[in-house]
Amino acid sequence: MSLLSVSQLSVCYGAVEAAVDVNMTVGRGELVALLGANGAGKSSVLNSIVGLVPVAKGTVEFESETISHMATELLVRKGITLCPEGRRIFATLTVAENLQLGAYGRAKKNGVAESYERVLSLFPILKSREKQLAGTLSGGQQQMLAIGRALMIDPKMLLLDEPSLGLAPQFVETIFDLIITLRDQGITILLVEQNVAMSLDIIDRGYVMSSGRIVAEGTAEQLKSSNIIEQAYLGS
Amino acid sequence: MEIFLQQTINAVALGGTYALLALGLAIIFSIMGMINFAHGELMTITGYALLYCGLSGVPFIISVPLAILAAILAAMLMERVAFRLVRNSSAATMLVTSFAVATILQTIFQNFISKRSKPVDLPEIFSESIMVGDFIIGVNKLLSIGTTIAMLIFLNWFFKHTKVGVAMRAAAEDFPVARLMGVRANAVITGAFALSGMLAGVAAVLWVSQRASVDPLMGFVPVLKAFIAAILGGLGSLSGAVAGGFLLGFIEIYLTAFLPESFNAFKEPIGLALVVMVLLWRPNGLIPAAGINSTKV
Repeated sequence: MSLLSVSQLSVCYGAVEAAVDVNMTVGRGELVALLGANGAGKSSVLNSIVGLVPVAKGTVEFESETISHMATELLVRKGITLCPEGRRIFATLTVAENLQLGAYGRAKKNGVAESYERVLSLFPILKSREKQLAGTLSGGQQQMLAIGRALMIDPKMLLLDEPSLGLAPQFVETIFDLIITLRDQGITILLVEQNVAMSLDIIDRGYVMSSGRIVAEGTAEQLKSSNIIEQAYLGS
Repeated sequence: MEIFLQQTINAVALGGTYALLALGLAIIFSIMGMINFAHGELMTITGYALLYCGLSGVPFIISVPLAILAAILAAMLMERVAFRLVRNSSAATMLVTSFAVATILQTIFQNFISKRSKPVDLPEIFSESIMVGDFIIGVNKLLSIGTTIAMLIFLNWFFKHTKVGVAMRAAAEDFPVARLMGVRANAVITGAFALSGMLAGVAAVLWVSQRASVDPLMGFVPVLKAFIAAILGGLGSLSGAVAGGFLLGFIEIYLTAFLPESFNAFKEPIGLALVVMVLLWRPNGLIPAAGINSTKV
């Protein structure tokens, strides 16, 4: 029984089709990656799952409930959230305010304090900067804050869009370790990453997108042993 | 020296009113990317509410909150009826829509109330003045300054310490991500209009308390000034709106008071030239908004 299932999803920006006929499932507790070159449509798929971009065709189901046309702000109450590409932390809010805002739409209000403590124990560096404006943090710290903010709803499912993009190598390691930690804590994760090699080392399964379509899927082992990923990136 | 202090008090009183109006414009702009020219009509509505409350014998102390409430409700109604429909449109569409709302309301006031200015009965105390040391200060000026300070303290508390206030700041910076956190677009925007209605209402009470009259176009000039103030401060920046409002108040009052009489006709152009000079020096305003290029809703 899959937690998230996407069937025949298409996403359009005007006349441009960013994603066509995408089918994918993510099982409870799984760590699945959506791989592909820049502009393949990965972010469009994630954004349409959470309703930031309208679903042109097809359906998205979460816990067997259709969510394809549900407003973004109502989705968090179901326990699914997106940590967007480029971090998008609220630079003019303090670290503490960013985290508290993360819990704004949370279904169960009790437990917010526990989530807050949990996030700070995952990222001790944020604890020493609670009162600081988020815009003054380094890139790596901002990414931690963005992930921490997403964790404030105590999600069943987390969509991560390019969490390691533009980070210094030591932070990339930290972020990948963190993804494993979160998976081990039982959070289902759909990961979009440009760092294919490191992704293949941690995921259970992966889908490969090229020009808006899914061109391959398989377990990490299957994807590693085939040359389909190279083809998808080289555009052949 | 005495005249200087006297005029400084006038400048703070006028600048404070501009600041409250500019804040109302800035709150809406920061969240929706819309310049609400119908903000002035919220002032006019407040003025008429004061007038009719007075005519029906409601004590002033009660008609003030009622009139501000009328502005709040009118602002929320404007959003629901007109602005929600054009929420995701271009800035130009929203601007023209707000002009339309303003014009419709002005026409209604002119045809159903009166084309002419109507006197508003104010309690005696507004025309009294008190001696502080060597100089005389009008009670209405002191009330203006006190009210402005109280409103600024309230807003600072609201935006820093309430959940909704923090959500509004977040929505102003990055609305899509705020929605990802579960912040409801409709709730935030309605809340922003309620807040801007309250600011317009308070500013209108202060405005009327200096003039004791209301007319169908009452809101036009102060809101035009507030718009200049908001740009001067940095459009969409709340602290900028306050800074711009006070600066404009100072420019206007000092020019009126200290410009040689022969220059009096050029008071406005000289004032605007000063504004242009500030903008040449700081093109994004005194305190530029953080989310100046952010996506709205």
